[in-house]
Amino acid sequence: MSFFLETLVGGLLAGVMYSLVALGFVLIYKASRVFNFAQGSLLLFAALAFVTLTEHGVNLWLAGLITLALLILIALAIERAVLRPLTGRSDLTLFMATLGLSYVIEGVAQTVMGSDVHALDLGIPDVPMQVGPIQISVFDLTAAAISGVLVLALSLLFSRTRLGVSLRAVADDPLAAQSIGIKLDTVWSVVWAVAGFVGLVAGLLWGSRQGVQFSLSLVVLKALPVLIIGGFTSITGAIVGGLIVGASESLAELYLGPLIGGGLSAWFAYVLALAFLLVRPSGLFGERAIERV
Amino acid sequence: MPSSDGIDTLALVSSRGFVAPVTWRPNWLVLALLAVTFGLVPLVADDYWLNAVLIPFLVLSLAGLGLNLLTGFAGQASLGAGALMSVGAFASYNFLLRAPLLPLPVSLALGGATAAGLGLVFGLPSLRIKGFYLLASTLGAQFFVEWAFTKYEWFSNHASSGSISAPRLALFGCDLSSPLGRYLLTATIVALLTWVAANLVRSQTGRTWTAIRDMDTAAAVIGIPVVGAKLSAFVVSSFILGIAGALWAFTYLGTADAHSFDIDRSFQILFIIIIGGLGSLAGSYIGAAFILVLPIFLDRFALALFGGMIGTGLLENLQKIIFGSLIIFLLAREPRGLAAYLARLSRWLLPRRA
Repeated sequence: MSFFLETLVGGLLAGVMYSLVALGFVLIYKASRVFNFAQGSLLLFAALAFVTLTEHGVNLWLAGLITLALLILIALAIERAVLRPLTGRSDLTLFMATLGLSYVIEGVAQTVMGSDVHALDLGIPDVPMQVGPIQISVFDLTAAAISGVLVLALSLLFSRTRLGVSLRAVADDPLAAQSIGIKLDTVWSVVWAVAGFVGLVAGLLWGSRQGVQFSLSLVVLKALPVLIIGGFTSITGAIVGGLIVGASESLAELYLGPLIGGGLSAWFAYVLALAFLLVRPSGLFGERAIERV
Repeated sequence: MPSSDGIDTLALVSSRGFVAPVTWRPNWLVLALLAVTFGLVPLVADDYWLNAVLIPFLVLSLAGLGLNLLTGFAGQASLGAGALMSVGAFASYNFLLRAPLLPLPVSLALGGATAAGLGLVFGLPSLRIKGFYLLASTLGAQFFVEWAFTKYEWFSNHASSGSISAPRLALFGCDLSSPLGRYLLTATIVALLTWVAANLVRSQTGRTWTAIRDMDTAAAVIGIPVVGAKLSAFVVSSFILGIAGALWAFTYLGTADAHSFDIDRSFQILFIIIIGGLGSLAGSYIGAAFILVLPIFLDRFALALFGGMIGTGLLENLQKIIFGSLIIFLLAREPRGLAAYLARLSRWLLPRRA
């Protein structure tokens, strides 16, 4: 029983990491209806920039600030060069554009900062801790706490601030939002910058787990099932979806693995997402889409 | 946003594109291309050109063509092109191996049919979901197929490395394993399938595909069988991708394993059709040519300019930046891709007589 619990908790904590990645997607999707494939490469860029700066002797906090400034510049550039020319295009076109964008960001990041694997140490110990009958890594718990704070802050931002409200207005109806004086380009830049910040946090946590390297940008592929399960438009959904994917992956590996062969976490999340899609096409917390001709 | 969908896809398909087929020019063009492919090239091309340039070009064009039918014509996004190529390759390999009496074209066709069957299964969710939700289904296919072919050794006949190698390539007693033989085999199949695809997109089936791409709700309202149209697009596209995969393994690589058809292959095929032109058969060829030529060009350019000072890693990253920027630029300025630029250029060079 405690083995089951340990697998479950381990999976849930791994799921927190998925949630963090998915969170960046939800922000951008809510504001601009873009499924931002480049979130993964933003994450890679943030982690690479941070680790390169610290390796050159820059203080951790300063490195974080400089990286954040870079991410804001990138957000402004994306708004200018990608979103503005493509305003009003179909979802699919925008998705493909972000696919191109991810290539550009990855290419630039690795041209400037190299493609070696960097170790990243944030000073959070990765040692197991006894909690009741099971062992949990301190690092995982810290990551979970950080994600919790981040989610709370983002929820407040969306529901309580002027910016958050205008953001939701843009998501609802860009034309109507513009006509009452909300600046679309400002809102988009801010959202992409915030998503970059979330990417930075996720990149640092993932990076200190697996090392900062190219494969970081591939976590983006896992975010898709998370979003489908949780719903594309819900911050809560991203968190719950991440937890579901993380937990079910570890449990599937444990119980299904011996039956049909191990390593099935490569595809299990997608099958799970498809099963959810057939039952609840808009996800657990997503808004139901209404189609008009 | 349903309202913006129609506008966008209308921009993709200007009526000049293919709704009203040009009557005389393509025939001459096609004849000339066929003459070059089957007459001139075998006479002048050496083994390097056949092996390293022409065979991969033809196979990638065919793969692009297959994906274009699904994504460019029927509007269903897919990141699973690699998986279907993989299934085609592994299935034909097993048919060739386990049913040695079947002639080569039959084994290839059966491989394509197996891929089509899988495409049908992974296309089923498209009846209920659309847009990038569908990417989950195709991405799932991509990872599942890679996993299955690595995990279960039966597919690769228990080869220690999990790789499959080209069996005897022979037809009617002729040995086709020389570079020229493999080229002619590839070119024949590609030409044949292109001809089929060209007729298909002008048939009623093709028209229903473009109708559901432009707006499937509207298409359903005017009585187009959306279910049949979507599934037929998945089946035809998967069949062609399966054949392309088999050719990629047997006539180009010689030895392939599940990782020859990984997610990067899927991206590559998708980039071919975005760059070449979504919803354009010629675009698949142009995109494939571009994606093959750019790395070679960059290599030569860097060598001439900096004389080996630039490492391959850096060149690869530069390539990524160029591909990425080009995709964004084309999507914003000319969603019909390089094919549209080429068409404009040829109109300018050869003004049509009134």
